Amino acid sequence: MKNTENFNLELYEKMLLIRRFEEKAGQLYGMGKIGGFCHLYIGQEAVVVGIDSVKKKGDQVITSYRDHGHMLSCGMDPKGVMAELTGKKTGYSKGKGGSMHMFSKPVEFYGGHGIVGAQVPIGAGLAFSNKYKKNNSVCFTYFGDGAANQGQIYETFNMASLWKLPVIFIIENNQYAMGTSVDRASSSPKLFSRGKAFNIPGQLVDGMDLIKVRKAAETASNHSRNGKGPFILEMNTYRYKGHSMSDPAKYRTREEVQNIKDKKDPIENFQKNLLDNGVKEESFKEIDKKVKAIISNAADFAIESDEPDLSELYKDIYI
Amino acid sequence: MPALSPTMEEGAINKWFVQPGDKVKAGDIIAEIETDKAIMEFEATSDGTISEILFKEGTNQIKVNTPIALFNDNFNSNNTSQTISEGSNEYKTLKSNDETVKNSDRFREVHSNETIFTVRESIRDALAEEMREDKNVFLLGEEVAEYQGAYKVSQGLLDEFGSERVIDTPITEHGFTGLAAGAAFGGLKPVVEYMTFNFALQAMDQIINTCAKTLYMSGGQMNCPIVFRGPNGAASQVAAQHSQDFAPWFASVPGLKVVQPFSANDAKGLLKSAIRDPNPVIFLENEILYNDKSASSKINDELIPFGKAKILLEGKDVTLISYGIGIKHSLEAVKLAKEKNISVELIDLRSLRPLDYETIYNSIKKTNRCITVEESFPVCSIGNHLSASIMENVFDYLDAPVLNCTGKDVPMPYAKNLEEAALIKPEEIFKAIQKVVYLD
Repeated sequence: MKNTENFNLELYEKMLLIRRFEEKAGQLYGMGKIGGFCHLYIGQEAVVVGIDSVKKKGDQVITSYRDHGHMLSCGMDPKGVMAELTGKKTGYSKGKGGSMHMFSKPVEFYGGHGIVGAQVPIGAGLAFSNKYKKNNSVCFTYFGDGAANQGQIYETFNMASLWKLPVIFIIENNQYAMGTSVDRASSSPKLFSRGKAFNIPGQLVDGMDLIKVRKAAETASNHSRNGKGPFILEMNTYRYKGHSMSDPAKYRTREEVQNIKDKKDPIENFQKNLLDNGVKEESFKEIDKKVKAIISNAADFAIESDEPDLSELYKDIYI
Repeated sequence: MPALSPTMEEGAINKWFVQPGDKVKAGDIIAEIETDKAIMEFEATSDGTISEILFKEGTNQIKVNTPIALFNDNFNSNNTSQTISEGSNEYKTLKSNDETVKNSDRFREVHSNETIFTVRESIRDALAEEMREDKNVFLLGEEVAEYQGAYKVSQGLLDEFGSERVIDTPITEHGFTGLAAGAAFGGLKPVVEYMTFNFALQAMDQIINTCAKTLYMSGGQMNCPIVFRGPNGAASQVAAQHSQDFAPWFASVPGLKVVQPFSANDAKGLLKSAIRDPNPVIFLENEILYNDKSASSKINDELIPFGKAKILLEGKDVTLISYGIGIKHSLEAVKLAKEKNISVELIDLRSLRPLDYETIYNSIKKTNRCITVEESFPVCSIGNHLSASIMENVFDYLDAPVLNCTGKDVPMPYAKNLEEAALIKPEEIFKAIQKVVYLD
């Protein structure tokens, strides 16, 4: 596993970029600059950054509607993502998709899907195309603890295992499906073992710990890349913010959230780890400054960009 | 000749496993029978002796219920013969590879000698030709490969293209539809067969929310080149859950293209266009038309573009607009109208999204009267939409209200007489024709 100081700082920067981006998005939402649904990723940053750290060129990523972190981690331009959130023509989907629906073929990001669980068979289909083309790529398919109870997940598990598709299922268990906690919705809380009936190996991972995520991601992607079929990673993680922006947060206590922030924060803990290993304080300050500038530019760009032209209404329905 | 499926009308005897004088036990295989859907082994249902064989091996087109052999059962030994027919319809489908290879060879021979093709053959040929043309085209669905297609449409494709491109799926419509959508995003061109479109309801979310909308939601970046095909509409006494025309459902969704061919030539040309199209296409077939003589046709091997209706018959008194199996009923109605000297212009829409408004309006400008014919439910039908469009655009040309002939507003009943009453009939269309020309 790659473990140079520069690489580690890159990972730290990515997590921080996601954190700051989401904070800004929350702010812009409050100002009425962002409409509709907006699902923030704050707290879960180590999952996507850790997984992406083992990604190879050609590997695909697909996820649900809580997708801003995945896009930034893939290398999509924060300006284009933010501009999509503000519904501008310069957004990744020309303002026609919004928070939940963005895509980028050049970086192999396949969305951004608004229907809970729907991205899972699609992810297996991307993996199918890899196998069909014999290109040795794998597809990282993310879904949440809520989606883990959708029927199509198990239809997909069955086919993925039957056909040995190179797909890694990453269950981002952030403990709550909207307002319903895992133990109120799942007969067994061991989501990682849900592949058992289909002979899919699964592993429970501390999704707040970047290093542990990276190790697990490596195990899983090696498994799938070597023709052994799918692998399930359950990432134990936590979202600090509400399900969406209009979340009354009555289903959990402030103390619970604060406790996680204090003890488990993925960014702070990784930073501590790097400091302990001799990385200088200044490096972090530099990154902070850099990220702040990127986010501020992205926000300005998103606010100043023009709305889509009305002629766009009837475009892109057919190719 | 036993009826081995609801729509079987005739069969062929491929092979006799018994000879006159042979004693058989219940469960013994007596003959191998081929229908347009499958090849099946046919078993004795009671013990007895075969006394006479009435049709030689290789005899084709034996009507259902025709005696094919005489049989003495053990309880009745004074030489009174029983005919083997519908009573002994125990059967199982052959799966041996030898048989399927032989079968598909025979299938190809028929092609080279005949100039008239059935809809079933045309669909299969379109698939095969496009798969030869483009390595990224593949077929998946339930029973499409080893079984050779639940309706024999994909017969022979496994032999030619192998199991990597002709893929049997588990019974998991929602899952394999999403998987196919992902494969399409990944650069492949899946053709998804639903055993019937009734089962596509399980997969509606993926068809509508993923396939139809992603291009738009991605600002034009991510297209979904995929074809969903399979039989749609009523077959014969398969009741409510297996008898519905979904054309109006799909045709209402921007982002989908929807076609429902009638003739074999249109089926082939439209399916080839569908597979080449970079958008998601719903290709609605009809079990009754697979082998229907009125729908069988010569093939001119031209790609048929979407959004182009075809004027099947030119006329001056009434415009009849239909699609799919509605054309079969309309052709019957036209005959009745002819006897009354009413001249009917019959338009086959073929494509329901996009719709060929121009051809429709031009015809109405000529005839000033219009009737729509389809099998679907009367509420929110294609005809309803056409009525509205016609009123908005060519109202001044109309000499009578536009009438919609549709199926009845009921779930499809099972009983033969009730089913018949629920379906659209030529007589009803003829009645509507008389009404708009004020002859009723």
